[in-house]
Amino acid sequence: MVIIQNLHKKFGKNKVLKGVDLSIKGGGIFAILGPNGSGKTTLIKSVLGMVIPNKGDISVLGENINKNSDYRHKIDYLPQIANFPSNLKVKELIRMIKDLRKNTNEDERLIELFKIQPFLDKKLGTLSGGTKQKVNILLTFMFDSPLIILDEPTTGLDPISLIRLKELIQEEKAKGKTILITSHIMSFVEEVSDEIVFILEGKIYFRGSISELKTKTSQPDFEHAIASILTENHA
Amino acid sequence: MLKILKYSFFDLMRSRWSYVYFAFYLLLGIILLFLNNDLSKAVITLMNVIIVLVPLIGTIFGVMYYYNSKEFTELLLAQPLKRSSIFLGQYLGVALSLSMSLILGLGIPFVLYGLFKSDAIWDFSLLLITGTFLTLIFTALAFNIALSNENKIKGFGYAILLWLFLAIIYDGIFLMTLIMFDDYPLDKLSLVGTMLNPIDLSRTLILLKLDISALLGYTGAVFKQFFGTSFGLIVSFIMLTVWVILPVLRIVFKSKKKDF
Repeated sequence: MVIIQNLHKKFGKNKVLKGVDLSIKGGGIFAILGPNGSGKTTLIKSVLGMVIPNKGDISVLGENINKNSDYRHKIDYLPQIANFPSNLKVKELIRMIKDLRKNTNEDERLIELFKIQPFLDKKLGTLSGGTKQKVNILLTFMFDSPLIILDEPTTGLDPISLIRLKELIQEEKAKGKTILITSHIMSFVEEVSDEIVFILEGKIYFRGSISELKTKTSQPDFEHAIASILTENHA
Repeated sequence: MLKILKYSFFDLMRSRWSYVYFAFYLLLGIILLFLNNDLSKAVITLMNVIIVLVPLIGTIFGVMYYYNSKEFTELLLAQPLKRSSIFLGQYLGVALSLSMSLILGLGIPFVLYGLFKSDAIWDFSLLLITGTFLTLIFTALAFNIALSNENKIKGFGYAILLWLFLAIIYDGIFLMTLIMFDDYPLDKLSLVGTMLNPIDLSRTLILLKLDISALLGYTGAVFKQFFGTSFGLIVSFIMLTVWVILPVLRIVFKSKKKDF
């Protein structure tokens, strides 16, 4: 599904990724974890082609992403902070994205699910953070792509929307899709993910299931297992 | 690219500033024509305004639009769109909406005045064509500056400096060189110097079409000989086109390598 080979990226003198090798086969939910500034978002943005790597190869569904934009038809991406053009109405934004990608009727179901109906005629600049995130989720899940990338999907969501999001993620998994998630909410990660990828100082430090991580660090619960990695490495 | 162009264009058409810009030209046109009654004098005054104002507005709008639509750009980058079409679409959206404000804002009063029955129609068309060229050139330069500078304030600063240089400082330096090397034959040099600055090029082009080159003395005669012929006119338009193409190419090139 996604194959990353020897990926390097630096911003100025700051080396963010120092040789990441990762191959993710299809199906399942993968959590990408790591401390702040470890390169999670850079890694995701490299897969999306928004960040141009200094070195290394990435291929998505068998296509090398270098100088290519069509592969993004197969990716649904939820950006970390929902920054939308503020003078656009929610309705117009949905219509625009559909026009740019392809038509779908899935949006109606999602509007219903997240109760966005009352905001459709409001401008994006006037929405609260949580509502923006709901619109963000709607835009991501309305297309039926085999790869879904979620960058901090839980930001600002109320408990009901959070439950709906989890259900939505499980539904997509049941369809056999591959879902990449980054999050700092460990309980959320523990609940939804099948496998975790831990990034530390620009490299993959650990990859495996949560129970494997617990055994490796000999900690009884997931949150402490993560914390022990961080304290051991002084990160 | 056309879809991006469409969205940028309509986004700008809804913004207040496009109307202010449009209204300004409308007002300027009406005042000049109906208070002044002499069409070719009105064209000359307009030229002076356009030569300075169009580059300034193009530069500022270009930089402002780029920084303001950062979020929109990031949203688009995650979609299956080519980078070049995203940025060229936005650039053309800005440049075309500005050109439209210019052409409509000046065109409407002139048509009302009876432009089509007058001899000044060619001078006037030339004015609008060079105005459009200047918009295309300076918006492209502004996008280049904005693409290379993450920092908004720096971007704005460089953009204003660029305008100041090409609109004012360049002329100053040019003039000083001419005075200093007064003893040498300078007509070729001044021709080249004029070609290298799009603002000077536009000004000379219009001035010579207006047939006031007699005021310029011997150099004016050389200029007239060059710009006045169809060969000179073609070369000038080629130069203006080059001034559009080079920055646009850099937008494409630069945007491909940028991280977001």
